[in-house]
Amino acid sequence: MKSILKISFAIISIAALTSCYNRASVAAKEVPAVTPQSLSPVKSDKKMISIGSGTYMGFLGKDSGRIVQVKSFQIDESPVTNSEFLEFLRKNPQWTRSQVSGLYADDAYLHNWQGDYEIPKDAKPESPVTNISWFAAEAYAKSVGKRLPTIDEWEYAALADENSKDASGKPEFTQYILNSYQKKGMYREAIKQQKPNYYGLYDLYGMVWEWTEDFNSVMISGESRNDSSKNESLFCSGAAVTTSDLTNYAAFMRYAMRGSLKADYSVNNLGFRCAKDL
Amino acid sequence: MQKIYKFVIVKKSILMLLLMFGIAGCTQNEKESNTEVAQNSVFQLNSNWENQDGQQMKLADLNGKTVVMAMIYTSCKTACPRLTAEMRDIERNLGKYDPKKVRLVLVSIDPEVDTPEKMKEYLKQNDFEGEQWLFLRGDESSTREFANVLSVKYKQISPIDFSHSNIISVFSDRGVLTFQKEGLNSDVNEIVTEVKKQLKNS
Repeated sequence: MKSILKISFAIISIAALTSCYNRASVAAKEVPAVTPQSLSPVKSDKKMISIGSGTYMGFLGKDSGRIVQVKSFQIDESPVTNSEFLEFLRKNPQWTRSQVSGLYADDAYLHNWQGDYEIPKDAKPESPVTNISWFAAEAYAKSVGKRLPTIDEWEYAALADENSKDASGKPEFTQYILNSYQKKGMYREAIKQQKPNYYGLYDLYGMVWEWTEDFNSVMISGESRNDSSKNESLFCSGAAVTTSDLTNYAAFMRYAMRGSLKADYSVNNLGFRCAKDL
Repeated sequence: MQKIYKFVIVKKSILMLLLMFGIAGCTQNEKESNTEVAQNSVFQLNSNWENQDGQQMKLADLNGKTVVMAMIYTSCKTACPRLTAEMRDIERNLGKYDPKKVRLVLVSIDPEVDTPEKMKEYLKQNDFEGEQWLFLRGDESSTREFANVLSVKYKQISPIDFSHSNIISVFSDRGVLTFQKEGLNSDVNEIVTEVKKQLKNS
């Protein structure tokens, strides 16, 4: 009995060894594969606000002066914070500063963090997270079951001042936005310190710029010369004629910002908030 | 390549200008793609794609093949035919090569309209026959993500029309972007040299 056991054990070990050997030699011949990474879900109790459907006047290029339809949607009431992003990193270490793929983020990604799980020294847990790439913002949104807002959704929700859905006709509103763009270092402050707008949305202005899902639909400057359809540039006279509102310098800045970005860029004052279909 | 750098400079100066007006401070670092080779592979993308035969695939399925790629849409009347012509030129100038080791890939920016039937028809019309030719479509979010990996910009400007950057990209057999040609011009020499180099390395 004992000898049978011994023999079968020997056979099994040899079989195991040879199978390992075979696998190793096959693997060596092939190009090492990179396995796609999946996301771990993250719980988020961030309040979202429902925005009813409507229209707004397109600002740029072919959309300029065109009535753009916006379907109803939900959007986070405030930008995603450092502590919320930290929660995401804990569940998804592949997005930490030391492990993030170069495909998804440039060297500035979370560069101001003190460590993989330590938020920046000069910012608060309740400050908006910045220095994150579009890919990281997308991944965060997916992990909490949301997505990034489109440019149209963001612009539509941001037409509101404190008292009305559409304050775009009020010169003092444009002035308020422009003033807010001049404040420095606001990304280090906590969110929700300013009054919310008509819908109850905080910090659309004056805190950080925000990624949008389709930021790469803005084609400006040199690039448009090589594009298939001549997309009117923001910076040449052609563009000035085709923007719907010459006085809307604030919108002009937002579009220029979007057009200047690439999806792996990380910037000190660029954050994001999430949205969802209704 | 020179052109791309020019754009980066232009874009950067715009960004800087904005930041001077706006909230402070910005750090931009050029990525050095040479240092972390496998780390930058597009095979990491988890998105699902469908080819001209209706087969499902992942980008990682291109593992082991040198890839030349352009983003177009089949109903395009302006730039896409020229991009397609450049793909043809590239293929012709490769000379003799093993079709098992190369994939010439068109990726749709209009996945709703570009069904496998349409993609197949498009390849046929252009005499793009053989296993090396591939036409892919994904869903809207995979398409946007992949366009962002290639720094391709696009916008639907009417139900049948898109505005988009004209970029042809080369990937190593491990899915790392090694070369991009931006803009429409008939000179494919540089890109052909790059593909040959990649084939030699693979």
